[in-house]
Amino acid sequence: MSDHDQAPQGRALGNVFGAHERPLSGDRPAAEGGPEMLQVITPEGERIPNPELDPLLEHLTDADLRGFYRDLVLIRRFDAEATALQRQGELGLWASLLGQEAAQVGAGRAMRAQDFAFPTYREHGVAWCRGVDPVNLLGMFRGVNHGGWDPNEKNFHLYTIIIGAQTLHATGYAMGVQRDGAVGTGDPDRDTAVMAFLGDGATSQGDVSEALVFSGVNNSPVVFFCQNNQWAISEPNEKQTRAPLWHRARGFGFPGIRVDGNDVLAVYAVTRRALDAARDGQGPTFIEAFTYRMGAHTTSDDPTKYRVSAEVEVWKLRDPIERFKRWLEHAGHADRAFFDAVADESDALGADVRARCLAMPDPDGSEMFTHVYAEEHPVMVAELAEFTAYQRSFEGVH
Amino acid sequence: MGETTTMAKGITSGLRAAMERDPKVILLGEDIGKLGGVFRVTEGLQKDFGEDRVIDTPLAEAGILGTAIGLALRGYRPVVEIQFDGFVYPAFDHIVSQVAKLRARSLGYVGMPVVIRIPFGGGIGAVEHHSESNEAYFAHTAGLKVVAVSNPHDAHWMIQQAIESPDPVIFYEPKRRYWDKGEVGAAPDGPLGSARVVREGSDVTVLCYGPMVRTCLQAAQAAEDEDHSLEILDLRSLSPLDTSVIFASVRKTGRCVVVHEASTFLGLGAELAAQIQQECFYELEAPVLRVGGYNVPYPPSRIEEDFLPDLDRVLDAVDRLLTH
Repeated sequence: MSDHDQAPQGRALGNVFGAHERPLSGDRPAAEGGPEMLQVITPEGERIPNPELDPLLEHLTDADLRGFYRDLVLIRRFDAEATALQRQGELGLWASLLGQEAAQVGAGRAMRAQDFAFPTYREHGVAWCRGVDPVNLLGMFRGVNHGGWDPNEKNFHLYTIIIGAQTLHATGYAMGVQRDGAVGTGDPDRDTAVMAFLGDGATSQGDVSEALVFSGVNNSPVVFFCQNNQWAISEPNEKQTRAPLWHRARGFGFPGIRVDGNDVLAVYAVTRRALDAARDGQGPTFIEAFTYRMGAHTTSDDPTKYRVSAEVEVWKLRDPIERFKRWLEHAGHADRAFFDAVADESDALGADVRARCLAMPDPDGSEMFTHVYAEEHPVMVAELAEFTAYQRSFEGVH
Repeated sequence: MGETTTMAKGITSGLRAAMERDPKVILLGEDIGKLGGVFRVTEGLQKDFGEDRVIDTPLAEAGILGTAIGLALRGYRPVVEIQFDGFVYPAFDHIVSQVAKLRARSLGYVGMPVVIRIPFGGGIGAVEHHSESNEAYFAHTAGLKVVAVSNPHDAHWMIQQAIESPDPVIFYEPKRRYWDKGEVGAAPDGPLGSARVVREGSDVTVLCYGPMVRTCLQAAQAAEDEDHSLEILDLRSLSPLDTSVIFASVRKTGRCVVVHEASTFLGLGAELAAQIQQECFYELEAPVLRVGGYNVPYPPSRIEEDFLPDLDRVLDAVDRLLTH
């Protein structure tokens, strides 16, 4: 018998192929993140020491921590205002982030100025952290444009509605970052990482798997930030995946991690670590932020058709803002005057957003021809002339 | 210049010139590195420009286009090779929903200077998905430019013009003409978007592009024996169409046939016939005819010659126009 015939120890078939896992089951109401989910603040507002994550949080000052709280409250207020504007007919549609504030603020605040974010259409909290004027986010939902902000101004790409497509754009951007020599130089102001935001439903898209392949083989500086809010419109996790989402990274050769998406500090810590690794040249990370979509998919959706209120009630107890507030108060990082000031500021933000939304002008019909091509294009020229002449034919007609 | 080369090598030299001129020009595709592409169009470029600029991608067309978009957003000018015409469909979403629309969606803040090279058309005895002419899908999409080359000179210059374009360009290369030889002149014949009269004539205007230009030139030669004078226009640009050149020719001859390998239903010929009857109605002596592929899936190679337009089918249409 040659050496080849002798299977090495531990390479019995079971280990080579692994065991069949059972498909995720719909043990509802309210999915649990399980013991592997990283968390530093419990839903009750207790701080759990975590030797892995605590060093990533040590540098945060009271002002930083209060800043997180302010972000959480203000984007929830902005989101509520947008939902109200839709109900009053001022927006055609709104995709609420209610319940996902901590995931987005934790991720958004972990980014550096030179990093670049590729959002879905629900990343209002990330946009806020990047400094994008929230009124800009309303344009496409009001129907005055399809995005319309300069992605390079705050390194925040346009909202992408095609599910999962932006993960490939993020990967390509990260490949460009590598070619610019902006990875692994050790210069904290130069090294750049890219954030690809996606949801649990998007993980079923081929684009996402391709993005994981491309970023993996290229060792690209991209962090896949998956907000698992449990529902892809009406379809729960178990309709999208057999294995926990964070497990998927393993097959692509880079780390996957599950974090409590309603714990802003834990999200901040794991994202910061993943971004640091990416900037350092270690390649991608897949983060599953385990959270919950407290509201409807969009204002056009009716979640009572497919999920029970008991589930929502369980997740209310895991609210991202309430637990953080409790901890801030208890640990003495903030006082009542601070919370009152944030409440006042949030009312002012709501009023400002409302006023500026209502003041947003409709574009002129002729603007549909303006930005289709960079250069003069004969069809655009001809059709604009035709459109203008047709519109003018109504002048003086009542 | 003035060098005689093949159409494939004309593209290679054009790519090389663009890459030497602009370090942001990078190539992505399957097997384009060491192998030089299945048609050897990128041969030698990875050796000279490195693996960072001539990227052998994973085998995933959506991934290639999706990452090309990201690279363009970072300031690069990606030139993507789709290995065969029938392989572009997994990337269709990124081309139509992202590449074509990002400029308009961002109100002009970002552009998409992406070139998508597609070897297209039949006549090489290939298996299925390797012989298609899918230009109409892209010509139908606002935000894209669509061009097709027919000879080494245009191949060399138009690929450079496409790369310089701030707007995305679908660049069709007739694969059965890759090995046709011709001279590459010292300068391009007009800007990207312009058509070219490749043979002047007085009786019938023949509109064609890509692989059909040679076929139609041969038809014109044969028609001459019967004292029929064909004017051959190489459209070169399928979107936008160079309508001033097209209409001028049709007004002169009063008769027009459009020739392409693609199926006729809702193809370029349908659009051209519609525009020509609208603009040249009183100069037309006969209805505009189309000679194209039948409206069936591309057939097995043993019968592809029955599907593809050839010299005789072009002449048959010419006869019908002249006896109308």
